[in-house]
Amino acid sequence: MAKHKTPLLDQLESGPWPSFVSDVKQEAEARAKNEKGLDYQIPADCPADLLGVLELSYTDGETHWKHGGIVGVFGYGGGVIGRYCDQPEMFPGVAHFHTVRVAQPAGKFYTTKFLRDLCDLWDLRGSGLTNMHGSTGDIVLLGTQTPQLEEIFFELTHNMNNDLGGSGSNLRTPAACMGMSRCEYACYDSQELCYNLTQEYQDELHRPAFPYKFKFKFDACPNGCVAAIARSDLSFIGTWRDNIKIDQEAVAAYVGGEIAPNAGAHAGRDWGKFDIVKEVVDLCPSGCFKYEGGKVAIDNKECVRCMHCINTMPQALHIGDERGCSILCGAKAPILDGPQMGSLLVPFIEVNKDDDFQAIKDVVEGVWDWWMEEGKNRERIGETMKRLGFAALVKAVGIDFDPRQVQEPRHNPYIFWKADEVDGDWDRDINEYRKRHQR
Amino acid sequence: MPLDMEAAKAEIMKFCEQKSKSKSKFYFNDFTKLFPDAKAREVKKVLTALVQEEKMVFWSSGSTTMYGMAGAGKQAAAEGE
Repeated sequence: MAKHKTPLLDQLESGPWPSFVSDVKQEAEARAKNEKGLDYQIPADCPADLLGVLELSYTDGETHWKHGGIVGVFGYGGGVIGRYCDQPEMFPGVAHFHTVRVAQPAGKFYTTKFLRDLCDLWDLRGSGLTNMHGSTGDIVLLGTQTPQLEEIFFELTHNMNNDLGGSGSNLRTPAACMGMSRCEYACYDSQELCYNLTQEYQDELHRPAFPYKFKFKFDACPNGCVAAIARSDLSFIGTWRDNIKIDQEAVAAYVGGEIAPNAGAHAGRDWGKFDIVKEVVDLCPSGCFKYEGGKVAIDNKECVRCMHCINTMPQALHIGDERGCSILCGAKAPILDGPQMGSLLVPFIEVNKDDDFQAIKDVVEGVWDWWMEEGKNRERIGETMKRLGFAALVKAVGIDFDPRQVQEPRHNPYIFWKADEVDGDWDRDINEYRKRHQR
Repeated sequence: MPLDMEAAKAEIMKFCEQKSKSKSKFYFNDFTKLFPDAKAREVKKVLTALVQEEKMVFWSSGSTTMYGMAGAGKQAAAEGE
């Protein structure tokens, strides 16, 4: 028997999709039974009260959560988000319902032991409800009370070798794709870079001093499995600066039907014979891919790294050998000015472990120094960039202007040269000028 | 010139006390304005030290973080703890 009647929430279970309402009900039931005989450290009926307060919000058409708080673990300015219910007598199980953000492993490689330990910890000291994973990519543990926070933190850091993630005006938990561990397209070791920068910028992760949130994401190739270009303030997307490698024999095998295109994906239906012109040449966004006389030719300088040809014929085409990453800046979700994708800041940079990724760290710190100086409170760097102009960012970071930073010619002429950047300054011989131009 | 830690701490606490009638929470930027010649990272070190000494606390909405004097404004006690 449910603690609260929830007719409005019940309706959400009627659709074809899995429902969070069913999940919460399942957890409420499991905690009521307590088959493991746990000594729950927060009220056992926490999930039941969560359903109750949500039903009340639907009935009232307004939220019953208060905003924010001062809770956290000692010395950390992020990782814990205080949440309090404004109807604690009616729903004592969720009087406090703090969120804990936990760093996910790079590439989200878990051991079953880690997941079990995490669930055991959260069953004992939290609501048992998790969000795997939050939008930023971290593990989100939903709902606990203040006295549990230090206990959870101790357990996570001492026994599970893990750490809290980022929240608030911090560097948020960095996220990487699986990269070289599983993927032949990886142009750099995204997990290594993610881990290195996470360690390097511990202070930025845990002690907030930015105008607003800041996110790093690492895609080892332009397929973008973690969607860094859309989801992070600074995205590191693998690329190459030489040519796509072509194996013409394998091309012939694809055309002849000996190798299944798309590595055999979409094989559940007969799509007919592979047509390289229709399925690859005509779909190349910059028209740089040619198939003539049984051979593939690519005008590499026009390639925009859409990855379509490589994805379609992975045995015939391969990423180049001079590999590194591009750095894009300023992606964000709405709130101000609508959503924004990252803008190309550094077209190519080597990802060099031998010097501890110093070149990349120089860019990162240049970007931060500028934003910390110029950014308004609660302004994402993408907004600062728009407000002050992309050129201001390029100059602040100390990198060269590059035509590839311009999306299309004459669309957004953001580069305003100063006199000292131009050969011969603005000075001119007016008499010479007048010989060529009438007044 | 590097910040003098103790003088900077005193200045921050004085600023917070002066504003305490109208404000209990401050953005990080409010403090960097107090030390226009110092780098933001230096100011952050002072604030971190004040947090360690439990004179200042972090307040977070989840998306934004602010700093406040310990005990100032609405406290956890008023939030049912």
